[in-house]
Amino acid sequence: MSDYLKETPSQTAGPFVHIGLAPGAAGFDIYDQELGGDIAGPNAAGERIRVEGLVIDGIGSPVKDVLLEAWQANAAGVYAHPESAGDVEDGFRGFGRVITDFDTGEWAFDTVKPGPVAGRSGSVQAPHINLWIVARGINVGLNTRIYFEDEVAANAADPVINLIEWEKRRATLLAKRSERDGQVVYRFDVCLQGDNETVFFDI
Amino acid sequence: MTLSPAEFYQRDREWHPPALTTGYKTSVARSPKYSLISLENTVSEITGPRFGHGDIDPLDKDMLHNYAADGQSAIGERIIIHGRVLDENARPVPDTLVEAWQANAGGRYRHKKDMYLAPIDPNFGGCGRTITDADGYYYFRTVKPGAYPWRNWVNSWRPAHIHLSVFGTAFAQRLITQLYFEGDPLIAKCPIVKTLPDPATVEQLTAKLDMNATIPLDTIAYKFDIVLRGRRSTLFENRLEGN
Repeated sequence: MSDYLKETPSQTAGPFVHIGLAPGAAGFDIYDQELGGDIAGPNAAGERIRVEGLVIDGIGSPVKDVLLEAWQANAAGVYAHPESAGDVEDGFRGFGRVITDFDTGEWAFDTVKPGPVAGRSGSVQAPHINLWIVARGINVGLNTRIYFEDEVAANAADPVINLIEWEKRRATLLAKRSERDGQVVYRFDVCLQGDNETVFFDI
Repeated sequence: MTLSPAEFYQRDREWHPPALTTGYKTSVARSPKYSLISLENTVSEITGPRFGHGDIDPLDKDMLHNYAADGQSAIGERIIIHGRVLDENARPVPDTLVEAWQANAGGRYRHKKDMYLAPIDPNFGGCGRTITDADGYYYFRTVKPGAYPWRNWVNSWRPAHIHLSVFGTAFAQRLITQLYFEGDPLIAKCPIVKTLPDPATVEQLTAKLDMNATIPLDTIAYKFDIVLRGRRSTLFENRLEGN
């Protein structure tokens, strides 16, 4: 069929992505509200968690000009979207947008832990947060998934994790759980390249 | 039997830049070496964030004025960027968020990390956002950005460009790209443009002068359509969650 259009090709988000998508971080105040600042809202059920990490380049250095976007279901496994069966709590958006700190490269967002969601062919996917990563030097945004290391049984049955031929690489998708000052924290470092290169997906 | 959309068409990776593009030096240490793992779509990929008119302000799309003092306007060549967001089936994508950011007319970004010697324009922020209408149509009013030097080769210059971010209806459609301007001799010299694999892809990222949409004695228009991934339609029940 020759009448299909071609997808607009990607170009890097560049070093100044903050101007467009997080202008407060670029150093100026322009919008009444920036988008993606509150993933779960005040009414969402489930466990409140923080997810944090670094994005690390092939040299082993933190990358300090990254923008990350999160897309997740609520604790009942429902996405805030008409093609996901069920309803979400009032104020639950499921979308988050964060940048890495200009000095340390650390990023973090607060949310609720998602529930398992339906997979293909009647399967069930373990709880996960979909992540999209853009930065200077990344020509096409990178997709990965944050899974939770304590979901041992669900992860073992997850059809996407099991698609990864190399069992050693599956661990790159598991966020590590700890508690800090009474807050549940999951650590998820992304390696763009190198021995522990994170699994990235073509979705 | 219902006619329901199903998977998105596979992204044509040969139409996008590869991860490793040595001429664009920063990509060398930031490009994954292993192959991407290809996933068939699930509900996680066919859904995505949605934004409404409660999320943004109508003035956000007017970059001539959205950061200007009262009665003031950004300095530079006044332009309109307009077009439609479509999918690969040539269907409009309505109600989707389009965000834009750019340097000012002198090639300087309003960003604490941009140290280029060209001056900041006090009346220009450099970002805008809008939501497509029922026909997928969008527009921004702004100034034409200037070219600027950057550290790649010693004498590398970016052609005038506007960064665009688009959501579509699904996380699988998420896209960031850059719009260039017809006739700019710097396009062919740019290491970032050269990450594109095919001359037709450069052409697709080049906004065309649009005299019909130009407002006489006021503002020059450029037309730029954006295409997001399309979806298969099927006469069978959507199989993503069943069968």
